[in-house]
Amino acid sequence: MKTRDLAYIALFAAVIAVLGTIPAIPVGPVPITAQTLGVMLAGAVLGARRGFLAVLLFLVLVAIGLPLLAGGRGGLAPFVGTSAGYLYSWPVAAFVIGWLTERSWDRYNVLRGTLINVVGGIVVIYAVGVPVLKAVAGLTWGQALTGGALPFIPGDLFKAFAAAAIADVVRRSYPVIERPRRTATTR
Amino acid sequence: MTLALYVPVGSPVHRLPAGVKLLCLAVLAVLLFARPTPTVAGAALVGTLVVGLGVARLPVAVLARQAWALRWFLLVLFVVHALTTDVATGAHTVLRLLTLVLAAAVVTATTRVSEMVRVVERLCAPLRLVGGRPERVGLLIAMALRFIPVLIERADRIRAAQAARGGPPRGVRALRTTVAPLLVQLLQMAHDVSEALDARGADDTPVRRPGRA
Repeated sequence: MKTRDLAYIALFAAVIAVLGTIPAIPVGPVPITAQTLGVMLAGAVLGARRGFLAVLLFLVLVAIGLPLLAGGRGGLAPFVGTSAGYLYSWPVAAFVIGWLTERSWDRYNVLRGTLINVVGGIVVIYAVGVPVLKAVAGLTWGQALTGGALPFIPGDLFKAFAAAAIADVVRRSYPVIERPRRTATTR
Repeated sequence: MTLALYVPVGSPVHRLPAGVKLLCLAVLAVLLFARPTPTVAGAALVGTLVVGLGVARLPVAVLARQAWALRWFLLVLFVVHALTTDVATGAHTVLRLLTLVLAAAVVTATTRVSEMVRVVERLCAPLRLVGGRPERVGLLIAMALRFIPVLIERADRIRAAQAARGGPPRGVRALRTTVAPLLVQLLQMAHDVSEALDARGADDTPVRRPGRA
């Protein structure tokens, strides 16, 4: 890993932190925040490995006691609370988005990017977040879904689109992801 | 660092090694889920409050803020449980959650960020086995913290420049005309920082001195 990669990782950890200063909309146990936009961007701009590490670094900053989560939350409390599962899913989401983005790098456009961000940024996050919410709060599946997934879907769809639109411009003007190396078995 | 959630008080809890406090928190979490009874949760809550307010002498506001953030959720959770299962389950689920969040807040408020960084570096030590360099974690954390104000400043600068030209573009167009260029600027800045670091010897590759075989 080059120093350049470390700088990119640190940069996106900072981006996610700054997105947390945009006021969150509190709806029930898990607030709507702009921070998942940063998670999607980390994967879509940096790729799987660096995107994963950037989000992980952000969570480390939160865990060591900096109030960087939306609404000024921080420390270890969010990692054992109701939104814990969502936090744990973030690095995985960035990795999945990055992995898929790398694979469609030559054909990337806003539509494709949006679909990728939906898979990584919505499906993956709820696949981890909702079961953890259910376990931590002792809810039924129906309650966990209505409280911890449905209110966020519209906002998440917009964030998936926004991240893809931004990533598409960045890809054309300052590509960070390298074209995947051609393997011996072509097609 | 004024930003941190650390509350400087000279108490035995503050002096306890960060690793020990984190271990206690982990044990508490396992215990609360392994023995799900209101007695255990209640005792743990009282214990947490005694340690946090009594021994560590934290201001009540520090813990109250964490509990306050969860107030509506805890209330809804209790009502849902009281209606669908029974009051005892509701009480103990709420107690358990509150206890865990408060205990975590106590650890955070009594441990310096620099100590936590050292714990993180120690936890990353096994990375050495696969060729990683745990001491780079400190560099990463320092860089990210330095980038936060830079990022805010750059965003403000773009906003000011656009205001001078008659207001920023609104809606979806802003993504392409404002946010994306900002991100490109920041990526270039990060690249410059990395080159400056490399020039000062932060590079991965071992130094080759000229004139040596």
